[in-house]
Amino acid sequence: MAGNVLVMADQWRGELSDITYELLALGRELADGLGVSLEAVIVGHQLGELPNKLGAADVVHCLDNPALADPVPDAVSQALAEVIKQQEPAAVLIPWTNVAADLLGLLPAQLDAPFLNFCQDVRVVDGQLEARCVLYGGKMEAKVVGRARPLILGVLPGARSAEQGRVDGAPTVVAASVAIQDSGVHFKSYVEPEAGDVDITQQEVLISVGRGVQSGDNVKIAEELAAELGGAVCGSRPVIDQGWLSLSRQVGKSGAIVKPKLYIAAGISGAPEHVEGMKDSDTIIAINTDPGAPIYSVAHFGAVEDATDVLPALLDAVRAKKG
Amino acid sequence: MNIVAILKMVPDVVEEFEVAADGKSLDIEFLRLIVNERDEHALEQALILKELLGGSVTALALDAPDIDDVLFTALAKGADRAVKVTGVEEGLTTRSAASILAQTLPNVPDLLPAELILTGCQAIDDIDAQAPALLARRLQLPYLGLVSGVEVDASTNTAKVAKEFAGGVRGEFELTLPAVLGIQAAEKPPRYVPVAKVRAAMKEGEIEEVTAPVASEAALIDIIEMNVPEVAGRAEMLEGDADEIAARLCDVLVERGLL
Ligand SMILES: Cc1cc2nc3c(=O)[nH]c(=O)nc-3n(C[C@H](O)[C@H](O)[C@H](O)COP(=O)(O)OP(=O)(O)OC[C@H]3O[C@@H](n4cnc5c(N)ncnc54)[C@H](O)[C@@H]3O)c2cc1C
Ligand SMILES: Nc1ncnc2c1ncn2[C@@H]1O[C@H](COP(=O)(O)O)[C@@H](O)[C@H]1O
Repeated sequence: MAGNVLVMADQWRGELSDITYELLALGRELADGLGVSLEAVIVGHQLGELPNKLGAADVVHCLDNPALADPVPDAVSQALAEVIKQQEPAAVLIPWTNVAADLLGLLPAQLDAPFLNFCQDVRVVDGQLEARCVLYGGKMEAKVVGRARPLILGVLPGARSAEQGRVDGAPTVVAASVAIQDSGVHFKSYVEPEAGDVDITQQEVLISVGRGVQSGDNVKIAEELAAELGGAVCGSRPVIDQGWLSLSRQVGKSGAIVKPKLYIAAGISGAPEHVEGMKDSDTIIAINTDPGAPIYSVAHFGAVEDATDVLPALLDAVRAKKG
Repeated sequence: MNIVAILKMVPDVVEEFEVAADGKSLDIEFLRLIVNERDEHALEQALILKELLGGSVTALALDAPDIDDVLFTALAKGADRAVKVTGVEEGLTTRSAASILAQTLPNVPDLLPAELILTGCQAIDDIDAQAPALLARRLQLPYLGLVSGVEVDASTNTAKVAKEFAGGVRGEFELTLPAVLGIQAAEKPPRYVPVAKVRAAMKEGEIEEVTAPVASEAALIDIIEMNVPEVAGRAEMLEGDADEIAARLCDVLVERGLL
């Protein structure tokens, strides 16, 4: 209905991820703050029981259509645009995941609606929604408001706890029917990642290297250190793109989510896309020459030093300790 | 196979960031700007496709500090044309920039229709839009972002494209050309080009200039304030030289039963 808060569920390959519930928790807070209802929309095909799992919402719009079976951003954007035009929500919360990433661009373009990207938090201030957005890889943040409705918000993982949004309830499920036009983009198939030699999600110790380690040679030192500590080496995206490590070693949004006992981040800036993959590690040690690097806001210990000096020194020290 | 690769300058995240006097923007006066990393991948992917299939690559950018060097570097790497869009305001939002691109591209002589428009994606300063998606919508072309691999089948005028999902999973898509692709990673790391070659490009190459349209896009959002977030709140910072830090880290590992 007009003026409500609408949350898009993050449905991928028949499953709802945590961020769906994080957004429902946030959406509930905003809906209460504005004195409106919380609605959800779920998009896909043969969705079965999934709409009923969105118990925190008052109403769930279910877009179940063979043309939406696969995550073709343009098709999803068309479908959502229809629902938004019909319902006229005040705000639409979209999960910032790789599945929804293109939608964040296409939907506001299609609706000519205001869009706020990289939202880490959203609050109701004087009856208006105000978002805190993370910019420049986490080095700046901005308070931002929209000038028109519907306001479309791309919300990063971690805005609220998923537990808060996992509410039993019996939302009214409304089947919405939409016509999807061929967008010239067709899904063919999934390609599963090649199994790596080690599964980094199963390691207790991870030595993680970023662009700041400068060269593939320094990755070798990290490998030796990992071996001494009984763990494995992993890395941030640029290290994978450079070919210094295989894709199976990538930590973050597009890679693996890891929770080891020890995570040493060497030469990693701590961009939100990396941090979402490692922030729940037990002990995080960051080595970065930039004292303003965002990695220090998730690390337990930090050293503003050259990682290419600290890694070999640490390797020596660990070897000496082990005798 | 004619390809346009669009390049954009962004601040280097290793620099110290400060808020400008207006309290709501980044002070870029003393910041070093670099090419958005993913745009270098877009250019690389364009050059790879040209080497395979023939045709031409045009590197195009909105005017910005150091953009000439970037465009000459693109020529040195193998681009056939370099185009600079002049007359743009400083500090454009992504939405305005994309709108300018959408209005300008059709006016560049002998540029469109190009089979592919390759851009980077998810630039670190995108607050109000995603440029390639908006560009594709305005030009009424198919769009896919987070792309990390492109194969073109000239006989069917289609591209087979790999898009990244989570956990290392990729989806394969087929797009009808012409199309806009937001490149996340090229199939190979961007090539290195020696300074001498860039200098040669500066001497022999030419940057074509086109003027941006005057009509600008009305802003749909307002930035109220910008801040440098407090980062060191949680971490216990270790001081000293590398050896001292290593010794202290060893103690931490022992204390926590990790060594
Ligand atoms: C949709 C999407 C998905 C993404 N998925 C992922 C993902 O899964 N995983 C991922 O990691 N990234 C991902 N990214 C990329 C992410 O945004 C960042 O670009 C990336 O994490 C940065 O990697 P980095 O920290 O190694 O490099 P940079 O950000 O370049 O940081 C390098 C750091 O090294 C420091 N440094 C430099 N020299 C030294 C030295 N000698 N010693 C110590 N420190 C030094 C610098 O101060 C800097 O902080 C994704 C991006 C997008 C848009
Ligand atoms: N001034 C500009 N602002 C925004 N995007 C631009 C600009 N100039 C070129 N682009 C292209 O759009 C891409 C950004 O995509 P996105 O980050 O998704 O908005 C860049 O990587 C460029 O290829």
